[in-house]
Amino acid sequence: MKAVFKRTDGLLNVPMHYCPGCTHGILHRLIAEAMCELDILHRTIGVSSVGCTYNNYEYFACDMVQAAHGRAPAVATGVKRVHPSKSVFTYQGDGDLAAIGTAEIIHAAARGEKISVFFANNAIYGMTSGQMAPTTLIGQVTATSPFGRDPDTQGHPINVSEMIATLPGAVYVERVSLHDYRHIVQAQKAIRKAFQVQEAGLGFSLVEVLSTCPTNWGMDPKSSMDWVAEAMIRQYPLGLFRDPKLEERK
Amino acid sequence: MPRIEFNQDLCKGCGLCLSACPQRLIQLRKNRLNDKGFHPAYVEQADRCAGCGVCATICPDLVIKVWR
Ligand SMILES: Cc1ncc(C[n+]2csc(CCOP(=O)(O)OP(=O)(O)O)c2C)c(N)n1
Ligand code: SF4
Ligand SMILES: [Mg+2]
Repeated sequence: MKAVFKRTDGLLNVPMHYCPGCTHGILHRLIAEAMCELDILHRTIGVSSVGCTYNNYEYFACDMVQAAHGRAPAVATGVKRVHPSKSVFTYQGDGDLAAIGTAEIIHAAARGEKISVFFANNAIYGMTSGQMAPTTLIGQVTATSPFGRDPDTQGHPINVSEMIATLPGAVYVERVSLHDYRHIVQAQKAIRKAFQVQEAGLGFSLVEVLSTCPTNWGMDPKSSMDWVAEAMIRQYPLGLFRDPKLEERK
Repeated sequence: MPRIEFNQDLCKGCGLCLSACPQRLIQLRKNRLNDKGFHPAYVEQADRCAGCGVCATICPDLVIKVWR
C-alpha cells in the first residue's frame, strides 16, 4: 500500500488561515505540487500580492517576496532579471491584478517577462470584505453593488486572459477552474505547464484560476462551487488563449 | 485495502469533501468540535472507501491522506 495522496513538501507544515471552503487553499496546493514535481522548489521565488493571500509567504516552502498592492509583476520582473536561473511566480487576486495592478500586469506581459502569473479570480475583493472588483459579474451583488452590478454606471467585467492574450510577449495563457475534481486536475496541468514554459525560456505565462469566496459571496462552499460552474464560466469561458505549441505552427 | 486518514484538527468543516466523495461516505462529526471550533469531517464506513482521493483533491486545507 502506498500513499496516493499526502501533504506536499511544497507547503510548510502550518495551517492556512483562509475561510472554510475557500479555494485559495486548493490553488496553493497545486502550485506547491507543481514545484515539487518539476523539482524546482529549491530554486523558485514566489511573489505574494495584497489580498487574502498577502501572507502566503508563510505557507509556500520556496523563497518568497511580498509586493505592494498590484505590483507583484514588477517585483517579479526585478527578481527574475537578477536571478535568471530561478523560477519566479506571482500569486495575485483579481482586485490586485485587474484593478490597482492593471498597468503592471499588462506591461510585464507586453515585455514578455519570463515569469509565471497565477491569477485567482473570485470576482470580488475578498480581504476587504466583499467590494465590487473589475471582474464582478453583471448583476452580481457585492458590498458596493448592493443592487447588482449595473454596467451603465459600474462598467463591464474585464476578461483578463483574453486581454493579455492579445500581447505577443504572453506565450502561454489559459483559464481554468477549481469547482470540481475534474477541473482541479486540469488546473494542475496548466500550473505545471506555466512553470515549464518559463523553464524553457519561452516568455510570459498566465494561468487565470476561477476561484470562490464563499464568505463574501454569502454562499456555503458547495453552492459557491456551483456558482462558478453556472455563472462565472459563462462570463469567463475556460480554455487556452495562447499556447506556445500553436505559436510554433503559425 | 485502501486507507484514509483525516487530520481533524486542520479541518474547517467546509463540507466540500462530503459532496465530492463518489460514494458519499464522508460526514461531519456533529458531536465534536475541533480546536478551531469546527465540526470535523470523517469517514463512517472506512472499509467501503475505494481510495480514489477525490475528497483529498478538493480539500482546501490538506486534511486528508489516502493510501491504496
Ligand atoms: C495601496 C492599497 N490600496 C488598497 C488596499 C486595500 N486592499 C487590500 S486587499 C484589496 C483587494 C483584494 O482583492 P483581491 O486581489 O481580489 O484578493 P482576494 O482577497 O479576493 O483574494 C484591497 C483593495 C491596500 N492594501 N493597499
Ligand atoms: S474572504 Fe473570501 S477569498 Fe478571503 S479567505 Fe475568506 S473566502 Fe477566501
Ligand atoms: Mg478577489
